[in-house]
Amino acid sequence: MRMSKTLSKVKLPYLLLLPGFLFLFTFFILPILNLAQTSTQTPIAGGDTGEYEQTLRFANYIDAFIENREQFARSFIFAICATLLALAIAYPLAYAIAFKAGRFKNILLVLIIAPFFTSFLLRTVAWKQILGEEGFVVPPLRTFGIISESTTLTSTSFAVVLGMTYNFLPFMTLPLYASLERIDPRTMEASGDLYANGITTFRRVTLPLSMPGVVAGTLLTFIPAAGDYVNAAILGNPNSKMLGNVIESRFFKIVDYPTAAALSFTLMAAILILVTLYIRKAGTEELV
Amino acid sequence: MVDVSSATRGDLRLTRITKSYGDFTAVDDLSLTIPEGSFFALLGPSGCGKTTTLRMIAGLEEPTVGSIHLGTTDITTKRPYQRPINTVFQNYALFPHLTIFENIAFGLRRRGIKSVDADVNKVLDLVELPHLAQRKPTQLSGGQQQRIALARAIVNRPALLLLDEPLGALDLKLRRQMQIELKWIQREVGLTFVHVTHDQEEAMTMADTIAVMNEGGIEQMGSPADLYDNPKTAFVANFLGQSNLIKGRIEGTAGDNLVVDLYGQKISMPKSRSHAVDSSIYAGIRPEKFRISLVGTPTRGNVLSGGHIEEVSYIGVSTQYQVAMPWGQELMVFEQNDDGVPPFDKGDQVVISWEPNFTFALRGDEDVEAGTEVAPDDLDEDE
Amino acid sequence: MTKVKDATIPTIPVQARLSRWFGRNLIRIYAFFGFTYLFIPVAYTFAFSFNDSGKSNLIWKGFTLKNWQNPCGAPEICTALGNSIKIGLIATIFSTILGTMIAFAIGRYAFKGRSTSNLLIFLPMATPEIVLGASLLSLFLVFQINPGFWPTVIAHVVFCVSFVVVTVKARIASLDPRLEQAAMDLYANEFQTFRRVTLPLVAPGIAAAALLAFSLSFDDFIITNFNSGTLTTFPKFVYVSAARGIPAQANVIGSAMFFLALAIVIAGQLISKKTKVTK
Repeated sequence: MRMSKTLSKVKLPYLLLLPGFLFLFTFFILPILNLAQTSTQTPIAGGDTGEYEQTLRFANYIDAFIENREQFARSFIFAICATLLALAIAYPLAYAIAFKAGRFKNILLVLIIAPFFTSFLLRTVAWKQILGEEGFVVPPLRTFGIISESTTLTSTSFAVVLGMTYNFLPFMTLPLYASLERIDPRTMEASGDLYANGITTFRRVTLPLSMPGVVAGTLLTFIPAAGDYVNAAILGNPNSKMLGNVIESRFFKIVDYPTAAALSFTLMAAILILVTLYIRKAGTEELV
Repeated sequence: MVDVSSATRGDLRLTRITKSYGDFTAVDDLSLTIPEGSFFALLGPSGCGKTTTLRMIAGLEEPTVGSIHLGTTDITTKRPYQRPINTVFQNYALFPHLTIFENIAFGLRRRGIKSVDADVNKVLDLVELPHLAQRKPTQLSGGQQQRIALARAIVNRPALLLLDEPLGALDLKLRRQMQIELKWIQREVGLTFVHVTHDQEEAMTMADTIAVMNEGGIEQMGSPADLYDNPKTAFVANFLGQSNLIKGRIEGTAGDNLVVDLYGQKISMPKSRSHAVDSSIYAGIRPEKFRISLVGTPTRGNVLSGGHIEEVSYIGVSTQYQVAMPWGQELMVFEQNDDGVPPFDKGDQVVISWEPNFTFALRGDEDVEAGTEVAPDDLDEDE
Repeated sequence: MTKVKDATIPTIPVQARLSRWFGRNLIRIYAFFGFTYLFIPVAYTFAFSFNDSGKSNLIWKGFTLKNWQNPCGAPEICTALGNSIKIGLIATIFSTILGTMIAFAIGRYAFKGRSTSNLLIFLPMATPEIVLGASLLSLFLVFQINPGFWPTVIAHVVFCVSFVVVTVKARIASLDPRLEQAAMDLYANEFQTFRRVTLPLVAPGIAAAALLAFSLSFDDFIITNFNSGTLTTFPKFVYVSAARGIPAQANVIGSAMFFLALAIVIAGQLISKKTKVTK
């Protein structure tokens, strides 16, 4: 009696995990493995477009990388820029909500996630129109001579980075808020009391204590930004294409599955390596 | 950067300080001088403005009007890090990401001092925790954290050390022990301590001077003995210990004494101990100053007769009685259990007597309940 | 409260007062601009939902209510919206059930393989959407399953599950374990304890997770684009029509979703404030 009860207790967590993990295995692990397999295929000689055979050609990776190294670099540079920009915008925002909002705290938190609810594509398109020739930004800037007649804001790398920064801002703000909110404000007062001015207090107390939020926020921003192609497609130009755009067109337009798979895999591997290095450096393991 | 060693020292002077938040006035036209080298306590219930006063001294809040001087320097608008003043925060506010050593060294490093080891180790010795230098704050017990918070402040040898309910989070036994230690450390380092507390016993144990605060102002200031023996207001009489306040009327004078009528019974008291403005008064007597005797036994001093014992609580070192008086009031009497006399029983007919010199008189228009409704141990953190 | 000015009270110099005020409020001013940045496109979208624009909603041509009166006026738009809602609801139900079970296992029990489980949950979140979408598509292709409605649902469940687990787990972690002990002490067996105490307490977390899952699913474009084939969803509709100008009806639907979700969140907050039990 006693024996069977403890046994079922031991089994219970596994039973709870089983359906979810079966699902994730079938539709997450298996596809990734399959993708790995696809990435080393080559076209069947004389076959139709989109027919490939397994040849374990690892050179696919080298070819794909060399061919698309520019987009590769751009993906990471844009993602890093967007992440840093989002951090710079989100940190004071999260700080203000955590420490200066008083009873408006919950309302402001809702406002942070609220833009989410308007489709992100609609908002991205809205940026395109706002920054466009007929929006309310460009004409005044031209009138005051801040930008020249020939300068445009849309179809630029700047617009792509701005769009990504915007789209992933809540992902940055929420974890930052969560870790800032856990800080006892008295520790910051204590720092001021112990002869640290505002900047030193930030550097020595607030920032180190909010590091878990910084790490989580930058990851949650960087990862989707590096794989994004919607912002580049809507706000960019042919010269601001990112890796995502290439993968998409390889899949759908050229039907070059092996290259698309190799690129996907390289992207994922690069992100995982960067993230691992970053977490090591930032010295925190608790992410979620 | 503040060079604390050569910074201004001297008395701390608050001049006509008011602090309001919108319509709410936390501190109302408060003036106060804290002499250099003293152990000074700001005592009051939560919401009385004592913490706000402390925060203004620390520079964490800015007064709406008024000025704060340290010696001859005006520090009213100086930032916290520009003042040679350090604080032991409520719940300590130790930096959770730094070791104990780095916590203590924090202030020294900010002031640009390169070799901190000697100073840090010295205060660690002083608080008797040198073996914890490399631990993180969360690995320490409450009492240990409290000492580290103290060490972190005094290592800077500030002109003024502020203690914000420093013992509030400790259990009773530890609190008693720390009270004695704090007092000892204050003498050892010779700094001015300003101690904010709602615990009258704590204030009386440690401070040379206590300022009792109520509703944003100072009710009375003086040595613990002064405040206890001769309170000026019902608030002080009730907040510091317990008092019996009996409605009465001054009938006349006899030499240095006043003759007072309490519900038809005459008593006398020293003129100097009356804070009344007219003939209507409350006569105040501390419960332990009363003596009880059975009807028919000899008495001396002031006498009130016609009472009977209503309630008896034996609490070891003393016995507490509630004595019902003919005019309907119940008086509290504490009798030491040191004379081998068996305690009185419920229902005994008794008279109450006391030495006239222990009587004090308050204004007759006072609220006799003032200061009683606040339970002194009810710690309110966000005052 | 009016007080007569008393010349003997020392006052604080205006300059010191101003610089302090500025120091204290600088971050608030900054936050104000941050929020403005966040809401510019939302406001723009809302404003242009009233544009009497004809086919392409690019420049302001005059105020009208007719887009709101006829949100299905643009061809295909309500089919797309219907698909998005259907996919969102089904994906939400499945991901919430699977995710909550996993969250209880990980959040409540210590068992062998717990950290591996945590990693498996973290991985889909750390995988770029495009890789998730592309890999699933290639799997479907291998098994000769045509992209469409159900492949899209499956794809959405994959990325929603992790978010559900994280949200519910956080709620479970914040529960006071003494509440369950108290229930057992008061003669509730394991199942009754779960049913009467644990589940009601975790319910707000599950509701939040479901809401999150729905909004992630509803708003997803990249993964959907890979796995939906010819099926149109609302984000796909917007993406496709972006090239030639989006009909104002899309703005109507976007704005309506915004206000609806805002109302749900605020209502949820009010309810949770009333029934606050955990610390």
